[in-house]
Amino acid sequence: MKTTAPWAFEIQDLNSWYGGRQALQKISLLIPERRITAIIGPSGCGKSTFIRCLNRINDLIPGFRVEGRVLFKGQDIYDPTMDPVEIRFRVGMVFQKPNPFPKSIYDNVAYGPLIWGTRKGPALDTAVEESLKRAALWDEVKDMLHQSALTLSGGQQQRLCIARALAVEPEVLLLDEPCSALDPIATARIEELLLELKKSYTIIIVTHNMQQAARVSDVTGFFLLGELIEFAETKRIFTNPVDRRTEDYITGRFG
Amino acid sequence: MMPKRSQRGRIGEGLIQVLLLFCGILSVFTTLGIVAVLLFETIEFFREVSLVEFLTDTQWTPLFADKRFGILPLLSGTFLTTVIAVLVAMPVGLLSAIYLSEYASEKVRPVIKPLLEILAGIPTVVYGYFALLFVTPLLQKLIPSMAGFNALSPGIVMGIMIIPMISSLSEDAMYAVPQSLREAAYAMGSSKLQAAWRVVVPAAASGIAASFLLAVSRAIGETMIVAIAAGQQPRLTLNPFVPIETMTTYIVQVSLGDTPHGTIEYKTIFAVGTMLFVITLGLNLVSRWLRERFREQYG
Ligand SMILES: Nc1ncnc2c1ncn2[C@@H]1O[C@H](COP(=O)(O)OP(=O)(O)O)[C@@H](O)[C@H]1O
Ligand SMILES: [Mg+2]
Repeated sequence: MKTTAPWAFEIQDLNSWYGGRQALQKISLLIPERRITAIIGPSGCGKSTFIRCLNRINDLIPGFRVEGRVLFKGQDIYDPTMDPVEIRFRVGMVFQKPNPFPKSIYDNVAYGPLIWGTRKGPALDTAVEESLKRAALWDEVKDMLHQSALTLSGGQQQRLCIARALAVEPEVLLLDEPCSALDPIATARIEELLLELKKSYTIIIVTHNMQQAARVSDVTGFFLLGELIEFAETKRIFTNPVDRRTEDYITGRFG
Repeated sequence: MMPKRSQRGRIGEGLIQVLLLFCGILSVFTTLGIVAVLLFETIEFFREVSLVEFLTDTQWTPLFADKRFGILPLLSGTFLTTVIAVLVAMPVGLLSAIYLSEYASEKVRPVIKPLLEILAGIPTVVYGYFALLFVTPLLQKLIPSMAGFNALSPGIVMGIMIIPMISSLSEDAMYAVPQSLREAAYAMGSSKLQAAWRVVVPAAASGIAASFLLAVSRAIGETMIVAIAAGQQPRLTLNPFVPIETMTTYIVQVSLGDTPHGTIEYKTIFAVGTMLFVITLGLNLVSRWLRERFREQYG
């Protein structure tokens, strides 16, 4: 019986390799819509590889290979008929280190709408303003939109990158350790923002910070050595993990 | 044993340092010497010809009975051939740089790049005759009114010559753009062309501009190709189909003739040389400044 299950992604037996080296092994999970899904695990366990499979950005890495199925809203994104450009239009991404373009704040946010056909003018101005507001950055930058984005602080740059991703109006936002280069205050602002954004977006966040996962996410997946060890409601993972390895990790016994 | 050896090492080290210092000083003094001679003879020249005449007169006839010393015809000749060369080299060079840095696979790049650089290794005299004996007749089929000596043909060939300079230096600049910027562009659904053109090229802009300026300065200084194929007629014109003369060719022309030392004709070489030196030095300084700015950005 197929219900209209609110899954953003249905991932079945996902394996992936960098050249001859396997990075992910038989990952299967369901990612709920309009929730925050956290991916935790020690460094090198395949967290980044996993979320980079969800927008096919790893296609750019020579020798990278995927097997299995990644259904996005029911469609297999690795189907040969699928255009990775369209997938990336619908699935936005924010990276570990803030990576604004060496352009003005305005031009950073306007980039996506411009390549997707919005003309310069009032419509573009509105799109830029909206995205900056949604990323909780507008008040800080509204008087300096034409300054270089590189003059912003790290936390502001990361929110700018979120605004830039939102300007394309994606359905999903992937975030790969978005706070790892930020101080606690900037981190708190981003977490607040994510809780606000989940009302309209499906959010998947990789983090090596377990407190962060506990604070913001609804469901959590624990990865170890390229395998998904446990995937469940965040509360359950942190209070009552089933697998011994999950427990060891969240209690800080390794990693 | 040990201390002796390290002492000998230190002496050797010292000797090498002295030798290197000597070489450095030698090249600095050589440069200073050249500049000094250039300036000295140029000052001598301006004792006889006013700077105003030099910069504003529209005739350059130092070798004729009716001597006129306006550098404008030589400047226009240099300007014309350089502009033509740059119009050829800039688009082709930039596009090959984009291809090499953004499209070529890791297997193709190391093959293509040296191939392009071979272009830069061809002796300019070969280019000169290529312009005169091949390109000019070809162009004359399209434009029958074109003279056998003209600015267009050597301009185009000079452009071909400086393509590898632009493509190689621009590619270095584009290759240095952090991968994270490309990823950001692709993550928003950019096509390859959009990522290259809207993100990578602007991010590498100062490095690319530096390569353009260096190429321009190379074109301005180029001598052999224009000496062979452009004719030697100083003429204030922007018409690419008629014979012209550039600053460099004028210098060659006079140097090859038997112009007596100390005459005004002789001194013109240095006045023109100084002009050439000032222009190319200026371009190289701006180019260097741009490259440094680029390095600061991604250093
Ligand atoms: N571009 C790459 N090329 C080759 N191997 C890679 C690449 N990126 C990651 N890996 C390898 O894949 C494994 C998983 O890495 P990654 O997904 O980055 O882990 P995490 O994000 O959890 O730290 C690691 O062993 C890493 O060395
Ligand atoms: Mg990672």
